[in-house]
Amino acid sequence: MTSLSPISNRRRRTNRLAKALLAGGTALALVPLAAIVYYLVSKGVGALSLHFFTSDPSGRFFGDAGGVRSAILGTIEIVGLATAIAVPFGIGVALYLVEYGKQRRFANAVRYFIDVMTGVPSIVFGLFIYIVLILTGEFGGFAGWKGSAALALLMMPIVTRSAEVVLNLVPAGLREAALALGAPRWRVIARIVLPTALPGLVTGSLLAIARGAGETTPLLFTATIVKATTFDLSSQMNSLPAQIFDDVRKAQNKLVDRAWGAALTLVVMILLLTLLARMISRRSRLA
Amino acid sequence: MIDPAPPAPAKSSMPTPRPSLPQTRNAEAASGSPRVASAAGHTVSLRGLDAFYSDHHVVRGVTLDFVANEVTAIIGPSGCGKTTMVRCINRMHEEVPGARAEGEVQLDELDIYGADVDVVAVRRAIGMVFQKPNPFPTMSISGNVAAGLRLSGTRGIDLEQRVEQALRAAGLWDEVSDRLDEPGAGLSGGQQQRLCIARTIAVEPEVILMDEPCSALDPIATLRIEELIDELKRRYTIVIVTHNMQQAARVADSTAFMLNGELIEHAPTQKIFTTPSDPRTEQYVTGKFG
Repeated sequence: MTSLSPISNRRRRTNRLAKALLAGGTALALVPLAAIVYYLVSKGVGALSLHFFTSDPSGRFFGDAGGVRSAILGTIEIVGLATAIAVPFGIGVALYLVEYGKQRRFANAVRYFIDVMTGVPSIVFGLFIYIVLILTGEFGGFAGWKGSAALALLMMPIVTRSAEVVLNLVPAGLREAALALGAPRWRVIARIVLPTALPGLVTGSLLAIARGAGETTPLLFTATIVKATTFDLSSQMNSLPAQIFDDVRKAQNKLVDRAWGAALTLVVMILLLTLLARMISRRSRLA
Repeated sequence: MIDPAPPAPAKSSMPTPRPSLPQTRNAEAASGSPRVASAAGHTVSLRGLDAFYSDHHVVRGVTLDFVANEVTAIIGPSGCGKTTMVRCINRMHEEVPGARAEGEVQLDELDIYGADVDVVAVRRAIGMVFQKPNPFPTMSISGNVAAGLRLSGTRGIDLEQRVEQALRAAGLWDEVSDRLDEPGAGLSGGQQQRLCIARTIAVEPEVILMDEPCSALDPIATLRIEELIDELKRRYTIVIVTHNMQQAARVADSTAFMLNGELIEHAPTQKIFTTPSDPRTEQYVTGKFG
């Protein structure tokens, strides 16, 4: 009756082929990911123990090599300070771009440089801090806070980029409604725009933190690799990536094992952070 | 229902006997009792208003008086500049990048585009209800109503009482009084729009602008808003942009017809819909175009 023709066999075959190709590509992309997780867990889990988390690297060739306490705490301290710098500044820049700069020439220039900064290799930030804060000798030698500075430089463009996207998602109607009620612009930003965008801002910041926590190179030139735990950010400081880097080069199996354990610890820490970000952004999503 | 229509206000005759009061706004706002304010309405007058988006000339030399305690409807086909004109009255037009306005908008005697006039104060005095209900998604029902007061940093007033007052005035109190702490975004579309009206009147403005407030609502919700507008005009001067000519006929004391950015005719609503003086108005209201 109707002139609708049935699906031809050729189209069925093409459809099956295309689906199979996509599924195959996805599987292929998952192989390295699964392999990493498998090796990390199988090699790292053996190193984990209470002792592993509660002792510093001993540095002794024979006997107990110690754990990675100083590295875990160092990473938390360094990344914590870097976050305290990068997140407010990064969100501040994004607020300027979205609420004030808009399409002005200066704002577009800032946007361009932020993009460039996102692409700068992390070693460049490390070297920059090394040259400016360490080689000049004005600020003493290697120190934890200098590592934080390098990581903050690395994280800030990531925060800004993600925050800009999220702030742009806040409906313009909300800003207008608030302005039309007779609110000064800064109050509109503080009371309407930021709370509405909060889940997205948190997610973006946590992604930047995860990225910063995994970086090795900016820390090698700035905070270096040491053994003892310290809470003094102006002294040299250990960190998980640096510890892994150091251990994995050693000619002793127990140290290489410790590197696997430290790598697993780092991945789990970042995983927890990401899960936290997910939970926060799910709890209150942009309406 | 709109019998006491004033003599055609489009001419320069000033129909309302209003004392040339300067800004008694704060004294009034402080008293906080809604019933008394009925006599003290405020007039808005446009004098040769032009509005632009970059080079695009959208409102062309509009001169128009909005009579105190009356509802004035603006009708006209899409893109005729109705919304832009209304957004010039509370200076929201300039929020759009590249947009500007020329000419005068007077609130009573004050030119709100004057050099030493604070935009924020203008918007506090001239409230606005938007086309799409837009409650603040992060705030509760009562938070939404109080938002204007909190956002403008008003201190020393009983927020709770003001919230109840505004919700009652917007005809929403009975529906939400038991769930003031629930999110405002959880209400129905019509309730959301009445919430937005409550939010607007909570700051006790002098004039309320409504930009197609019912275009996103169903007929029953629309009816409620229209009844509400009739209530509100006792206390406020109301300007309503509408696409719906029946709505203009139902709620407005006088109606202005705009076409291509120009004001074609402004007259008592009955006259606009029965014996308009301009042939274009007649064509539009009889559905020949638009």
